[in-house]
Amino acid sequence: MTRQIRYLSPTGILGVGFSESHFRAALSRDLAFIGCDAGSTDGGPANLGGNKPFFSRAAIKRDLRILVIGAREIKVPLLIGSCGGSGGNWNLNWVREIVQEIAREENLHFRTAIIEAEPPREVLLQKFREGKMRALDPAPAIDASVLRDADHIVAMMGAEAYVAALEGGADVVLAGRSTDAAIFAAIPVARGFPPGLCWHAAKIMECGGAAVVKMDKPEGMICTITDEHFTLEPVSPTQQCSPLSVAAHALYETADPYRMLEPGGEMDLTDARYEAINDREVRVQGSKFRPMPYTVKLEGATRIGYRAMVLGGVRDPVILEQFESWLGGLKAHIAENVEAVYGPSIRGQYEIHYKIYGQSGVLGDREPYPERIGNEIGLLMVTLAQTQEVAYAIAGQAAHMVLHHSVPQWEGLLSNLAFPIAPHFWNLGEAYKFVLNHVVELENPLELHPIRYEEI
Amino acid sequence: MTRLRDLAKLIRTKNAGPFQLTLDIMFTDSRTYEHVVASQVITKASMARFFKVDEAVVKLFNYAPGNAIKVTVPRLVTSGDPADTDLFGGQQFGPLVDIEIPPLNA
Repeated sequence: MTRQIRYLSPTGILGVGFSESHFRAALSRDLAFIGCDAGSTDGGPANLGGNKPFFSRAAIKRDLRILVIGAREIKVPLLIGSCGGSGGNWNLNWVREIVQEIAREENLHFRTAIIEAEPPREVLLQKFREGKMRALDPAPAIDASVLRDADHIVAMMGAEAYVAALEGGADVVLAGRSTDAAIFAAIPVARGFPPGLCWHAAKIMECGGAAVVKMDKPEGMICTITDEHFTLEPVSPTQQCSPLSVAAHALYETADPYRMLEPGGEMDLTDARYEAINDREVRVQGSKFRPMPYTVKLEGATRIGYRAMVLGGVRDPVILEQFESWLGGLKAHIAENVEAVYGPSIRGQYEIHYKIYGQSGVLGDREPYPERIGNEIGLLMVTLAQTQEVAYAIAGQAAHMVLHHSVPQWEGLLSNLAFPIAPHFWNLGEAYKFVLNHVVELENPLELHPIRYEEI
Repeated sequence: MTRLRDLAKLIRTKNAGPFQLTLDIMFTDSRTYEHVVASQVITKASMARFFKVDEAVVKLFNYAPGNAIKVTVPRLVTSGDPADTDLFGGQQFGPLVDIEIPPLNA
């Protein structure tokens, strides 16, 4: 019999849920490990910059409890990557505490590896000075101050960190920011299976059961890798993989469907072939992995101020008929009024972002038909200033100005905006910005990712 | 008149990281996919106009294994910036749904 390795990805992202019965049925399938991605930048820069988890504590704990119990029952490693969404130290520790709580409640004892992914700034600055930091395309321009001033910077670890943690005897690996695929490629590559197959499979498995024909609810996927090919099988008996559904998954959230950069190399799917084994399993072969100098990608978030917002609707046809000119006059009026309160020094120290739903709220300046306005418009105004107090005050002023801004055809005092929520303007808290899309060259894959162990 | 929505099984946009936006136009069978590719409606030039970027920065892939056309462009505004209108980038394809695809052999 040819050798093989089999593993389970129970869901696309930790916290989104999955069926416990399907997961438990999969535990009997001679698994080498269970892996789960917990990361995403979809929530925007505040998750990393402001220490915010991507999913609620209750949702994370529900999924983790089932995973920890299952993995300890069949005595295989459980690998969780990009803990807490952004994989910053705060987010990682947040997940670590949830795991400790589960262990206490379930009376479980195991060895946990915690791999941090927030390198000291001095180390990053040194890399920058040595010319070992390179911009991806596209990337914002950076200098040393960007690296110094960011609230948080994470480095996406590769497969080696997981392998090292397992060599250190870990039963459960809680990793900070990681590439999604590294979680699933680590063990198969370390056991000597072909890297092209291991990485391609990992890229699909990091999304759980997403590569199925019809994704009706989040479920898991089982992957089996041999020296010649890998096969995918949905955990849910009612879900199916087809050659097309698996091939199409290479499109999801990727810039290029054929090539994907990972720490230490690039996946090349140009020659990948997909064939159906039966009506729900697919076999893949021909995927390649080209070794390259070892780099890890950086993500960084910096606070740029504080926000507040106003939301209301306009239904007056007289305003809607002349919306562009009316809004233009309104913007100038608000700017005057803000300067009247704060003096001319406020100029350039605040921003108001207008999102005009029903006209161009989704596409902004790219909207090809801004003249097509329906019965009403939703006006969202988001203010940005250097303090919460000023952002809030300007939102309040702006709300008042919109409400009473003159309409040439009407006489007397107007009320132009329908507010659906009381009070009618609110604080939105800190605003952040993604400031890095760079890779850093490493001499040693573990250089930026220290591992520590805890006995629970 | 045939529109892209009549031929595609899925038209979607999504972030490819916070700095890029990617468009996937997926078809059920290779014949329809090849028809739309051959129609030359989705090109680097037309996508540069649609996304308001330089043609030089448009990446376009005809992805036969998935019966799909993929287009990746730099985001005009980084995901989550105050000026951003679409954090996940999920609704940036809208007007493409109704673009006309000329019949084959026309």
